[in-house]
Amino acid sequence: MTDTSATSHRAAKRFNTGRIAVYAIVAAIGLALMFAPFLFPDVRSQQVAARICIFIALVASYDLLIGYTGIVSFAHTMFFGLGAYGTAIALKQMGPGWDAVFLGGSAGVAAAIILAIAIGLLSLRVKAIFFAMVTLAAASVMMVLASQLSDFTGGEDGLVYSAPKLFSPATKLMTGDDGKVLAVFDVRMNGKIAAYYFVFLSSLALFFAMLRIVASPLGTVLEAIRENELRAEAIGYRVVAYRTAIFVIAAVIAALAGILWATWLKYTGPDTTLSFAIMIDILLMVVIGGMGTMHGAVIGVTVMSLAQFYLKDLMEAGAIATADIPVLPHLLEPDRWLLWLGVLFILLVYFFPAGIAGTLMKKAGE
Amino acid sequence: MHPSIETRNLTIRFGGHAAVANVSCAFRPGELTVIVGPNGAGKTTFFNLVSGQLRPSEGTILKAGRDITATSPSARAKSGIGRAFQLTNLFPKLSVLENTRLAVQARRGVGPRIFSRAAAWSDLGERAMEHLRATRLDKVALLPAAALPHGDQRKLEVALLLAMEPDIFMFDEPTAGMSVHEAPVILELIETIKQDKSKTILLVEHKMDVVRALADRIAVLHNGALVADGNPETVMAMPIVREIYLGTPVGGEEAA
Ligand SMILES: Nc1ncnc2c1ncn2[C@@H]1O[C@H](COP(=O)(O)OP(=O)(O)OP(=O)(O)O)[C@@H](O)[C@H]1O
Ligand SMILES: [Mg+2]
Repeated sequence: MTDTSATSHRAAKRFNTGRIAVYAIVAAIGLALMFAPFLFPDVRSQQVAARICIFIALVASYDLLIGYTGIVSFAHTMFFGLGAYGTAIALKQMGPGWDAVFLGGSAGVAAAIILAIAIGLLSLRVKAIFFAMVTLAAASVMMVLASQLSDFTGGEDGLVYSAPKLFSPATKLMTGDDGKVLAVFDVRMNGKIAAYYFVFLSSLALFFAMLRIVASPLGTVLEAIRENELRAEAIGYRVVAYRTAIFVIAAVIAALAGILWATWLKYTGPDTTLSFAIMIDILLMVVIGGMGTMHGAVIGVTVMSLAQFYLKDLMEAGAIATADIPVLPHLLEPDRWLLWLGVLFILLVYFFPAGIAGTLMKKAGE
Repeated sequence: MHPSIETRNLTIRFGGHAAVANVSCAFRPGELTVIVGPNGAGKTTFFNLVSGQLRPSEGTILKAGRDITATSPSARAKSGIGRAFQLTNLFPKLSVLENTRLAVQARRGVGPRIFSRAAAWSDLGERAMEHLRATRLDKVALLPAAALPHGDQRKLEVALLLAMEPDIFMFDEPTAGMSVHEAPVILELIETIKQDKSKTILLVEHKMDVVRALADRIAVLHNGALVADGNPETVMAMPIVREIYLGTPVGGEEAA
C-alpha cells in the first residue's frame, strides 16, 4: 500500500508540466541540432550549430562540478584547451590524419587527467574559495605557457592546420551517377557534413554519458557532498576522493570537447579555448540554463549562443523596421547589442532565479 | 574478547577548557549504555571523538582492540561505527528516500559505481524503503528532507543510522523535539536493536523514564569527566549523581 503511494508520488513528480516543458525544449533543440545542416545550410549557421553541440558537452561537464558537487573551478577552459592544443599541435606537426587526432587528443586528455589529479589532491581538501584560487592560478599559468611556447602553440596567433581528409569540403561522401557530389534536400554531401555529424554524435555521446553519471549512485553521492559534506563523510564517503574523481571526470570530458573543437575549427588559439572570456561564457550558460540539472546546459548554451550570434542581426532588422519611429532605431542600433545582451541576462536571472530548466522544474514540482 | 569501543584517557581541549577530560571506558556488544550529564557536560563532544568528527588532544580510541585514533570519519563509518546527530544533520534538498539510500549505498560500497545496473539500484532503494517503514517515514519518502516537520527530520536522522547497518549505534538525544506519539516509535526501534546481542549501543538521553526503561548501564559525564559508570541502580543512588541531577552546585561552578 505504501509502495503504491510512493510510486504515484514519483509518477506525479516525473510527469509534472514543468518537467515536460523542459524535456520538450531539450528535445526540440536536439532535433534542430540533429538536422541542422538541412534546416540551416548556410556556413554561419553550421558554425553556430557545431559550437552549440560542443559547448553543451563542455558546459554540462562544468555543471557536474558546480551544480552537482558544489565545486567552483575556473580551470575548465584550461582542460578544454589541453584537448584542443594537443590535437592542434599533433595535426600541425604530423599532418592531417586520424593518427594525429588520436595521438594529440590522447596526450591532451592525459595531461588533463594528471593536472586534475594534482590540483584535486593538493587542494580539494581545503576551503572552496582557496580551491577556486588555485584553479584560477593554474588556468593563468596555462595561458602564459600557451603564449610563451609559441614554437609549438603559435603563441597569440594560434595554430592553423588541416583536419583529417574525411572532413575536407572536397571530400565526396556520396556521388551521383555523374560522379559529382550528391545533394540531399539541396545540401551537398561533402566532408563538411561528415565533420558536423562527427561533432554532433560525439557531443551527444558525451552528454548521454553524463546523464548516466548523474542518474547513477555516484550522482547522488555528488549531490550529498554539495548538500552536506560533513554528513557525507560521517556516513562513510571519502569526500576528497569523490571530489577529486568528479574533477578528473569533468576535466576529461572538457578535454574531449576540446578535441572536437580543434578538429571542427581547424584553428586553435588562446581566444577559442583558453581565454577567461570563454570561462565566463561557460559560467553564464550554466547559470542561465540551471545548475545541477544537466538539461539546463542544453538550454543555457543554446540561448546564449543564439543571442551572441544573432542578437546583432535581429537588432539591425529591428532598427530598419522602426526607422520612422523616433527613439527606437537608436536603441536598436546594432552596436548596442552587448547592452541588450546584458539586459537579456538580467531578465533571465530575474525571472528564472534557478536557471531556465531549474525554475521550470521546480515551479511545477510544488 | 576486546570491547567493541574503548577509550583511554580521552581528552579534548578547546582553548584552555577541557570539554572531555581523561575519559577511559569500554563498551561491549549486547550492552546499552546511557550517557547522562547536564548541558555542556561533553556528551556530544565525546561522540564526536568516537565517530571522528573531532581529533582528541590526548588519549586513544580503540575499536575491537585496534587503534583508530588517527582514522577519518568515513573510515570509521565503514568499519561499523554509526552515529546519529543531536542537531539534525541531513541532505536538505535530497528526498527522504535519497537521504536513506545514500547511507545504504555507502554501506554496500556502491558509491563509486558510475554505470551500475538499474536492478542493483532498485535493490538499494528497496532496502532504504525498509528503513523508512521502520521509522514510519515511508509516506513522505519522496519529499525533500528540508520539507519535513522537525519530528520527522529527527526520525530521518535515525533512519540514516539504521541504514548504515553499524555494529556500534550512537544515538544523541534521538527523541528530543519529538511528540509523545513519535518518541515511542524510536524507543521501540532501539529496543529492537538491543535484541541483537552483537550490537553495541550508546545513547545520550535526558528523560529519566527512558533511561530506566532501556539502560543496562549508565555513564555520567560532568564537566567533561566521567564521574560515575555502572549499573543503573548503583549509579542513580550515588550522591554525586543526585547532586548533579538535583542541580545542586558541585564545586560551585555548575551552570544551567
Ligand atoms: N567545536 C567546539 N569548539 C569550542 N567549544 C566546544 C566545541 N564543541 C563543544 N564545545 C564546548 O564543549 C562543551 C561540551 O559541549 P557538548 O556539546 O559536548 O555538551 P553536551 O553534553 O552534548 O550538552 P547538551 O546536553 O547541551 O547537548 C561545551 O562547553 C561546549 O561549548
Ligand atoms: Mg549534546
